[in-house]
Amino acid sequence: MFLKFRMKWFCSVILLLVFFLPLFAAAAEGAGISAGSTWPWWLWPILLFVFCFALGIVAVLAGVGGGVLYVPLVSGFFPFHIDFVRGAGLMVALAGALAAGPGLLRRNLASLRLALPVALIASTFSIVGAMLGLYLSKVNPDIIQVCLGVTIVGIAVLIFFSKNTEKPVVTCQDAFGLALGISGSCLDEATKEQIHWKTHRTLLGLFMFVFIGILAGMFGLGAGWANVPVLNLLLGVPLKISVATSKFLLSITDTSAAWIYMNKGCVIPFIAVPSIIGLMFGSFVGVRLLSIAKPKFIRLMVIFVLLFAGLKAIDKGLGIGIIG
Amino acid sequence: MTDQPTQSLKPMNEQITYANLLFIGAWAGILLMLITYFIYVTGLISPHVDIAVIIQNWDKGVDEYLQITGTPQGWGWLRLLNKADFLNFIGVVLLAVLTIICYLCLVAGYKKRNDRIYLFICLFEIAVLVIAASGILGTGGH
Repeated sequence: MFLKFRMKWFCSVILLLVFFLPLFAAAAEGAGISAGSTWPWWLWPILLFVFCFALGIVAVLAGVGGGVLYVPLVSGFFPFHIDFVRGAGLMVALAGALAAGPGLLRRNLASLRLALPVALIASTFSIVGAMLGLYLSKVNPDIIQVCLGVTIVGIAVLIFFSKNTEKPVVTCQDAFGLALGISGSCLDEATKEQIHWKTHRTLLGLFMFVFIGILAGMFGLGAGWANVPVLNLLLGVPLKISVATSKFLLSITDTSAAWIYMNKGCVIPFIAVPSIIGLMFGSFVGVRLLSIAKPKFIRLMVIFVLLFAGLKAIDKGLGIGIIG
Repeated sequence: MTDQPTQSLKPMNEQITYANLLFIGAWAGILLMLITYFIYVTGLISPHVDIAVIIQNWDKGVDEYLQITGTPQGWGWLRLLNKADFLNFIGVVLLAVLTIICYLCLVAGYKKRNDRIYLFICLFEIAVLVIAASGILGTGGH
């Protein structure tokens, strides 16, 4: 009882941190503190670490990747240029995916047969997306802000309406999926049930990763929000395999885009390192809290935050100034 | 058409090797980032770009920022490894090269199985990642 109360209190604090730390940073930005700073320099990495720690917890509880929350929130409320936020966002998503990968591969939940062809398409086009994003940012960063805002609002709507299927029924595998041998089996540790799966609409599904790759590279977002619905609803892969394969997939897709941003000079360690470390530690705590938290409520809050961050990005990009 | 994979509940050996490499590499990268960041922020080694200069310019676009701070693009950071800020790139780069290393062990596995389609997919993926990492595509422009 006491533990439950403490956990509720802890979750509330974390949610407050996620919502108010960016506003705190935004207030600093508004007061002209970011440049020339009257704040001591060490406050920034601490602020980023604490914010990303909280973000990591919320991301796990809401079932979304860290990158999708990091980029809109940090670019909307922190004083950093969007180029550096996208660079750090990709590293955040990459580090999270790399850390999660080993467990998913060992338990055979992430399927190499499924991930490798998909990754080739997504990672190739994430390079295109990264180059396009950097070009647009050079022409006018407001274009990227507006496009990011629209994408984030779209993601919030997608998360809200997306009804994933635990075990989609695939009666007949298509020829392309069959030729590539995209199928598999694994043991569901929770139910001790064997899961056998195969794909349908494989070619169309793979084609969708062209767009997913471009979006991931362009905005520095991890693309789990798009991977899972395509794998699950379009290709007919069971939800657990889809989620695990999607997470593993990010370690490949984000690598290619991350290199483009890194080579361009968009990764500033002063910003990126506390973000990566904070989000990773937050994710570990989030996993532990998963059994007692109320994911439905947190999911709704995240949708609300994404909507707000998306609208803020549009507002910032268009220079309207209604939100903040 | 290649041989269909056996529908085993257990992952193939290369997948386990991939997982092990990923595990060691990811944690080594994160540990390295923690150590080098500590060195950076405690001032044990002087940085190439002063933190105050970073804070003054982090709201500028990347091209302008690089020009003001004299930060190199591409692999130019290797020449500045004696500076605390660029020391951080060791851990960051380790994370970014991990997938390429892991793919190499998959190449060996698929070659052994004579699974040509997946062998070519792996080789193409390595080519894509190496091109991205080389800096041919990402640098230039100022």
